[in-house]
Amino acid sequence: MSARILLSTAARILTQLRHDKRTIGLIVMVPLVLLTLVYYLFEKQPFIFNRIGLILLGLFPFVIMFLITSIAMLRERTSGTLERLLTTPLHKPDLLFGYGLAFSLLAAVQAGVATALAYWAFDLTTRGSISLVILFAVADAILGMALGLFFSAFARSEFQAVQFLPAVVFPQLFLCGLFAPREQMASWMHALSNAMPLTYAVQGLQEIGGNVDPTGLMWRDLTIVAGCAVLALSLAAVTLRRRTD
Amino acid sequence: MDVAIEVKDLVVVRGRKEVLHGISTSVPAGMVTGLLGPSGSGKTTLMRAIVGVQKVRSGTVTVLGQPAGTADLRRRIGYQTQAPSIYADLTIRENARYFASLYPGVTRADANQAIVDVGLADAADQLVHSLSGGQFSRASLACALLGKPDLLVLDEPTVGLDPVLREDLWMKFRALAAAGTTLVVSSHVMDEAGRCDRLVLIREGRIIADDSTSAVRETAGTHDLEEAFLRLIKAQSPVEVG
Repeated sequence: MSARILLSTAARILTQLRHDKRTIGLIVMVPLVLLTLVYYLFEKQPFIFNRIGLILLGLFPFVIMFLITSIAMLRERTSGTLERLLTTPLHKPDLLFGYGLAFSLLAAVQAGVATALAYWAFDLTTRGSISLVILFAVADAILGMALGLFFSAFARSEFQAVQFLPAVVFPQLFLCGLFAPREQMASWMHALSNAMPLTYAVQGLQEIGGNVDPTGLMWRDLTIVAGCAVLALSLAAVTLRRRTD
Repeated sequence: MDVAIEVKDLVVVRGRKEVLHGISTSVPAGMVTGLLGPSGSGKTTLMRAIVGVQKVRSGTVTVLGQPAGTADLRRRIGYQTQAPSIYADLTIRENARYFASLYPGVTRADANQAIVDVGLADAADQLVHSLSGGQFSRASLACALLGKPDLLVLDEPTVGLDPVLREDLWMKFRALAAAGTTLVVSSHVMDEAGRCDRLVLIREGRIIADDSTSAVRETAGTHDLEEAFLRLIKAQSPVEVG
């Protein structure tokens, strides 16, 4: 691995985004619009917004980073730039962590803006600190990005790549505790939910919502989210083959 | 004469089809070797095997003394794919600087020089997706020239270029070879064959001529290389062509 190549790769990815102002606009604005919708949906029941709004702050970065990374990586494959990169001294982790770094920065901006809106405009309250909420949002973004990098290897076209959103992300959304509390799930569903990384992302945010000081459970959840991201990145590295048919 | 690339009994299967049927050739260092043949003959597959991105069924490819695909070789080889492979949503300069950053010791000044070398100085700050096809492929070529490679593998680098630019690029290739770079250049236009020191003609996954350009002309008994190749093909498979 080379720090120089990793940094220049991250800079290259950010430069590509910089030329695509509409995408940046969408990444920052869409969560704000959705948060606003959810806020007015539960205008009369602020305690519900307090629960759902907090979880959404972690879900937006996860879903959006999953989607844009899988498309970005697919483009590297189909445009031939990936093959070209693999004939240069670039190492696979330089590329994967380059994506990780670039999209984490983007996710931090997105999470910062969305969190600011939720706290100051919509009076979201958490017992724990805002900075921990943002930390979790960035960790969720990295998890989404890592899964996106991995699953893009199984898509040959953009049409296929976008299908992985419902296939990979939706089950995690359904079972993570957003729609129904996990304690009320049938035991097999509960077990399934235990096996999904997003569950721990949501649980960690709920821990921040309910506790003034960071809890052991919250740190454990953060470790699991980060661990799953590293695992997905390692699997993604295996899917990057220098030699192909 | 130093050998830059040694290919021995190379068999490549893509999908279910055998694309290269056990070919052997040897490419001398510091020369321009032309890889010629109709489209679909296996030129690109052979080039991919040389740069080490092609899965091979059997046989060996040795490049600059090491097995093709060795990590150390990646600093020493420049590869231009047939379809231009650079980032369409970056400017030419941003592309060149990024690819320059991947090679140790290659600077931003080198990146700018490569853009000038392919005649794109005026368009350097234009986004690649706004370029014409010819400019796009020259921008891709600029990124292959960057690493001051010992070996340049260029897959149809002059397709779609106007004659003046083609002339310029061939002067550039000759200058690189004179300075010691080994070039392997594929083409399916025979009028470029005359500019190469050596020719390897591939047809349907087999090599049907592999010699110095003058020797190919002599063997076929004609100065016109297009005609020479037709005669060589006929000599190899009289029934098929006859």
